[in-house]
Amino acid sequence: MMRALARTLRAAPGLVGLASLAGFILAVEALIRVGAINRYVVPLPSEVGAALPRIVAEEDVVGRFLTTAGEAAAASLLLAAVGIPLGVLLYRWRIVCVAVESWVGAMAAAPLVLVYPLFLVIFGRTALTIVAIGFVAGLAPVILNTLEGLRATRKVLIDMGRSFKLSHAQRFWKIELPSALPSIFTGLRLGLIFALINVVGVEFLINFGGLGQLINDLAERYDLPAMYATIGCVVLVSVLFFMGLERIERWLRPVA
Amino acid sequence: MGPPRPPNDATVATAAIAGAAACPLLLVEALGKAFETAEGVVTAVDGVSFAVAKGEIVSLIGPSGCGKSTVFNIIGGLTPASEGRVVIDGESVAGPHAAIGMVFQEESTLPWRTVVENIAFPLEIAGMRRGERLETAMEFVRLVGLAGFERRYPAELSGGMRQRVSIARALAFRPKILLMDEPFASLDEQTRLLLGDKVLEIQQDLAQTILLITHNITEAVQLSDRILVMSYRPGRIKRTVEIALPRPRTSEIVSSDAFGRYVAEVWGDLREEASRGMRQDERHAREEARR
Repeated sequence: MMRALARTLRAAPGLVGLASLAGFILAVEALIRVGAINRYVVPLPSEVGAALPRIVAEEDVVGRFLTTAGEAAAASLLLAAVGIPLGVLLYRWRIVCVAVESWVGAMAAAPLVLVYPLFLVIFGRTALTIVAIGFVAGLAPVILNTLEGLRATRKVLIDMGRSFKLSHAQRFWKIELPSALPSIFTGLRLGLIFALINVVGVEFLINFGGLGQLINDLAERYDLPAMYATIGCVVLVSVLFFMGLERIERWLRPVA
Repeated sequence: MGPPRPPNDATVATAAIAGAAACPLLLVEALGKAFETAEGVVTAVDGVSFAVAKGEIVSLIGPSGCGKSTVFNIIGGLTPASEGRVVIDGESVAGPHAAIGMVFQEESTLPWRTVVENIAFPLEIAGMRRGERLETAMEFVRLVGLAGFERRYPAELSGGMRQRVSIARALAFRPKILLMDEPFASLDEQTRLLLGDKVLEIQQDLAQTILLITHNITEAVQLSDRILVMSYRPGRIKRTVEIALPRPRTSEIVSSDAFGRYVAEVWGDLREEASRGMRQDERHAREEARR
């Protein structure tokens, strides 16, 4: 009895989250049915749910889901492979950091999706253009958070390392990098959000590839339930990536 | 109680060195450190000399701002001295050294490592194989009384337990001298006394030489064979107090009359310095406000 109660309490936040979502969907359904929300702008959630099997069968949504997820994964891998080392570089070379840090900060705020014609010229109407824009859009937060995390390494940990005569490489791998990991992962999460928004956005703009293109097609056909169901798939990509990142972080830095 | 007051600084330095055995394990000679600040050069430490014999516990006590932590950093090799030298077992050292294990005032466990992995950290750096280093680390887990907690992360431990992990980690490297900078400063009085017992126990088990930097008189008297009282800036050794309390000791000693007399004696010296420090700080704050 007590054990069952404890299990329920542990699962409570997740259950409350699901209940809130269900409550929200039901409220929207009710508001549309009583006419408070125009059903030609927002379709009935029940219709959106019913459209899901249709887009799976007719629009190859699974294939498109995998395309978008693959592009976002490629952009994320590039973000980690390039963004983290660039953050480390700025941390190590103070003069470079002073010279470019504010530019990187400005880049984070710029609407980089608008440079897509440039990438179209370079890579053509291909997945490379989409990945490149996703990568560029997510780069600044990864660099800045890596830099911030490394800078925030507590001095006493550095001193402790020095007392054990750690080499520069040991200091980096054994103290600075693990200490900066939470901040680096915050940067990767932000980078991933920017990358995914831009991946889907550019698919939509250039009418090419995965879920973004399908959203474009469905909007032009004015098939609102199917369009919202596809947007739901984009949210699912995001959720899956977040869960994956969290797993990797826990594996790299297991903290109670 | 204790030796009579020596007349000048030179005699104090000689007495501090003579207090140790003829062949000290740690010898600090005429240590000086000056810092460049916006208001000019500040001499933090000046002409500090003392010696610590093998197996001794010596405390360096002084008011805040007297340069105790500067001495800690210089002996540990983290800060270069402006003058003087540090000799360990006959060898002059000027950087971090395997013979010194450092325990810091601030919490310094690695949060992403378990207790046993934290303690094994210096052994890992030294290149010891995983199985061997974890086995060695477990000995020190038991030594500091943390058996059963070896797989826990620091976030799951109390402040006192985390400091015990730091002590065990410093000891795992088998240093000749354990150098501790106010290791219990952030802990409550009861935990501090109990951890003092633990340090005394460890010192007895390992015959460990310890140099303790502290501003806590009770802690210094509870643990030490000798207390070196430092003056306020520039930090100098003002006086040496021999603590002739019987060993083995426990925290029960704090209720004895002799303990109280030693505390009063050290406070007598320290009070003057602490008051001087407080007056200087107030004057400095007033000047800052005028600017």
